[in-house]
Amino acid sequence: MKRLSPFIEWGTLLFCTGIVCFFLFVILYDIISRGAPSLSWEFVSSQPTNGMTKGGILPAILGTVLVTLTTAAVATPFGISCAIYLNEYAVDSWLTRLTRACIRNLSGVPSIIYGLFGLALFVQGLKMGTSLLSAGFTLGLLSLPYIITTTEEALRRIPASTREAALAVGATQFESIRDVVLPTALPGILTGVVLTLSRAAGETAPIMFTGVAFYINSPAGYLNQEFMSLPYHLYMLSTQHQSIEVVRPLAYGTALVLILVVFLLNITAFYIRYKHSKNGG
Amino acid sequence: MNLAAREYVDKTVKQLIRITGLIVILILTGIFLMLLYNTFAFFRHIKPLDFITGTQWNPSGKIARYGILPLLVSTCLVTLGAMAIAIPLGIGTAAYISEYAGKRQKNILKPAIEMLAAIPSVAIGFLGIVFVGPFIAGATGLPNGLNALNGAILLSVMALPTIITVAEDALRGVPHTYKEASYGVGATKWETLLKVTIPAAAPGIIAAVMLGVGRAIGETMTVLMATGNAQAFPQGFLQSVRTITATIAIETGEVPYQTTHYFALFAIASVLFLITLLVNVIGEHFVNKFRKYHSA
Repeated sequence: MKRLSPFIEWGTLLFCTGIVCFFLFVILYDIISRGAPSLSWEFVSSQPTNGMTKGGILPAILGTVLVTLTTAAVATPFGISCAIYLNEYAVDSWLTRLTRACIRNLSGVPSIIYGLFGLALFVQGLKMGTSLLSAGFTLGLLSLPYIITTTEEALRRIPASTREAALAVGATQFESIRDVVLPTALPGILTGVVLTLSRAAGETAPIMFTGVAFYINSPAGYLNQEFMSLPYHLYMLSTQHQSIEVVRPLAYGTALVLILVVFLLNITAFYIRYKHSKNGG
Repeated sequence: MNLAAREYVDKTVKQLIRITGLIVILILTGIFLMLLYNTFAFFRHIKPLDFITGTQWNPSGKIARYGILPLLVSTCLVTLGAMAIAIPLGIGTAAYISEYAGKRQKNILKPAIEMLAAIPSVAIGFLGIVFVGPFIAGATGLPNGLNALNGAILLSVMALPTIITVAEDALRGVPHTYKEASYGVGATKWETLLKVTIPAAAPGIIAAVMLGVGRAIGETMTVLMATGNAQAFPQGFLQSVRTITATIAIETGEVPYQTTHYFALFAIASVLFLITLLVNVIGEHFVNKFRKYHSA
């Protein structure tokens, strides 16, 4: 019995790990195997027709791309700038500690509360209406703490000697940051930004009241209009459509495209990280 | 550029960057004030006591009822169920990765867990409808499987990556000398794990659990899609429930601006905000404790 027990112990932990891997396998297998038959060039390149029961999801793909780009345009400059402040300029004061505490707590705020905040601030307060811009701004706020945290980590990895070398040859602090620190940290920053955007692209709750629509007639691309998006499309197809069973294949196809988009962004981020680490960073 | 101009640029940029540093404080304050303002507007119409102790949530009934209890109990039920699944699985997996897995296994397991974390919540909710739901219905004989159990299973999947990553960090952070001392007095690997490594990493593991709880409580799409959203007071895991997040998601789209109902949704959002804030602060406390303990 004593001799068997290491195997039982090892087996228990392996069993836990196995279940977690099984979860991932089931999710991927179900969506890929049942989504793949719906996937075709027509599916990703045409408008939905016949009350969503036929046709493609092009406007939803375009909407997701556009709202993610808007998110990037809002969150990236502010996020990086805030991280530069925290890592390069800030001294250890109550204000710095408060800022850090705010970042940590913001990343724990449920995404639906960002949705309410976006509704109150952008849609109603700033009179931007339910639009792609309101949704992009809301997702931008949601993404900000993640971009700050990952950028700060990238900046922290750069040794102080690099900065001191720039200062020693006569650069001002700003010049040292612009010409030495940021270029060196760029791959790390980029990895964080892309990972954050992959998260934003899959979010549904924050855009539900700020701009997403189940169906729009006009082509996507107007910042001041409502838009379609992949995650919301999947939600509506699987819960709100009047003939749910008929559109199930379309829902699977949408789920597969959504997961592919998110994984593509993740792989891009890992590729940047990998290439950078190979170059001796 | 001459030196004076360069120094001027340097100072200006420094001030600009400092201002952006304050933005995050503004955002959190903004969210807090927005919730506070609307909650107070709500309490002008409804007595706080009725809100906290009311056992009925039915804003569109003949007599509108705004009791948060059924929503709060639903949220707690689903989160508790999720944690009952995710805590043992998560800690077990974290222990396997940090103590037993070889380098090659780690190189497969870690990306797998990152992949699980990357899957959008709406996709997991979708699987709750098409996969977990029918499975529960078949196993229990219920007409459909959209209930608290379904939500708990899905939320455990959402919380697992967080719990595994943070707990694994904590286990790996335990100094080797502790384990070696334990092996030195004749303890087996298992005894060392249970009686030395896990207790030494306890604050980090508690932090992992707290972050997982925070994730589960605030999750919207999975519970919205998988729990059936019945308005009745929750009775058990096989009943349909409606959480705080799902209620906000369902009702905010339909409610007219600045009505009692509108303000009520912000009031329940405030409760959700306070709970997640509390959970995160507790989690953070334990993270700091863990750091201090091992740097000493």
